[in-house]
Amino acid sequence: MRIVVTTALALLIGVSGANAGAMKPGEVKIVDGAVATPLTDQAGDPEKGRQWFLGRKLGNCLACHVNSDMAKEPYHGEVGPPLDGVADRWTPAELRAILVNSKEALSPDTIMPSFYRDSGFNRVAEQFAGKTILTAQQVEDVIAYLTTLKEK
Amino acid sequence: MRKLLALGLVGGLLAVGAQGVMADENAELVIDGKTFVTKLKAPADSPFDEILSGWRFRTDETQALQLDDFENPAMISAQYGEELWNTADGADGKSCADCHGDASESMKGLRAQMPKWHEGKKTLFALEDHINWSREEHQKAKPWKWESQEMVAMTAYIGLQSRGMPVNVKIDGPAQEWWEKGKELYYTRVGQLDMACSHCHENNYGNMVRADHLSQGQINGFPVYRLKWQGMGSIHRRFKGCMDNIRATPYKRGSDEFTALELYLASRGQGLSVETPALRN
Repeated sequence: MRIVVTTALALLIGVSGANAGAMKPGEVKIVDGAVATPLTDQAGDPEKGRQWFLGRKLGNCLACHVNSDMAKEPYHGEVGPPLDGVADRWTPAELRAILVNSKEALSPDTIMPSFYRDSGFNRVAEQFAGKTILTAQQVEDVIAYLTTLKEK
Repeated sequence: MRKLLALGLVGGLLAVGAQGVMADENAELVIDGKTFVTKLKAPADSPFDEILSGWRFRTDETQALQLDDFENPAMISAQYGEELWNTADGADGKSCADCHGDASESMKGLRAQMPKWHEGKKTLFALEDHINWSREEHQKAKPWKWESQEMVAMTAYIGLQSRGMPVNVKIDGPAQEWWEKGKELYYTRVGQLDMACSHCHENNYGNMVRADHLSQGQINGFPVYRLKWQGMGSIHRRFKGCMDNIRATPYKRGSDEFTALELYLASRGQGLSVETPALRN
């Protein structure tokens, strides 16, 4: 029992810790296809970002994008553009905008999910209602990872 | 040694993935010497250039399982359907066969026209609705649950009587309103992933999403035996799976929404051969 309580407490602290200083989804403003200010105070961690990119319950980016940096992973998707050299094509502020709200940053017709939006959806399954796909920190981590994908 | 094994495993996985992409594009679906229409030129008002059965998007191995009725596990369900067809049920103690006789004659062509407007009930009927209506009306039997083994077997057996016939649903008259509702649903984004059917099955068919080869979402083979399910499933079960994947609250099986969507999808596959009961992965 004590273990459960302690774990629950740790989780609570962990969650509030991660959210401290994080911009709320409704507060993020896309200006000229970019979000200049990071969503959190803590710099993104590219190693973690790589994990979120892969995680099927998280970014699951590989489901749609080829990424040579992950050549050892099976099943790269073909729905979105390959992400090799993505850092040469977009600035971190532009990548942030695309991840937060692809419909606003790229095109209203894009298939790409918006990873940091929690409203404006239709018939969201109860367990995901009012939630974002990634946390603010996870978005920053993924941006930090994408920034490492250079060809030039 | 362990490393070698792991490498071998990854290599194997990659090979499977690659096969998924490189299934023979010119393969034809031939069952008992009869060639099925799995590809046809789309009419001018279609969003597609070519209409393609889901069969064409499967791997060579999966395709092969549907070529031989002895290997197609969906046929076991259809056989159970035949048994049910001939078994008395309900307060009136009648079987389907007592009224409808030989299904290969009386049910021929029905699946190709479903879903269809029902004049008595003044609503659009999926095949499942038709079966339950007849059970209540003619047999005084309890309706089957949409996804029950019995219902899936009966839709497989009745569908089999139209196998090889072209999909030919009616979308005018009282069905038109349903068709339009289905079309609206098809293009409406839903779920946390915020996607409509069209994003994957119209704009991206032929592309891989992870290990899955996106098809046009044609429904001419249902009910199907799906390898992922290790069993049979209805069209509406497949719809639910898609909605779950994009983190949406699915409509209920048998709901007006799913039946409307079924009509709209069937209309996008007019002219494809009915493949019921098909096999997919």
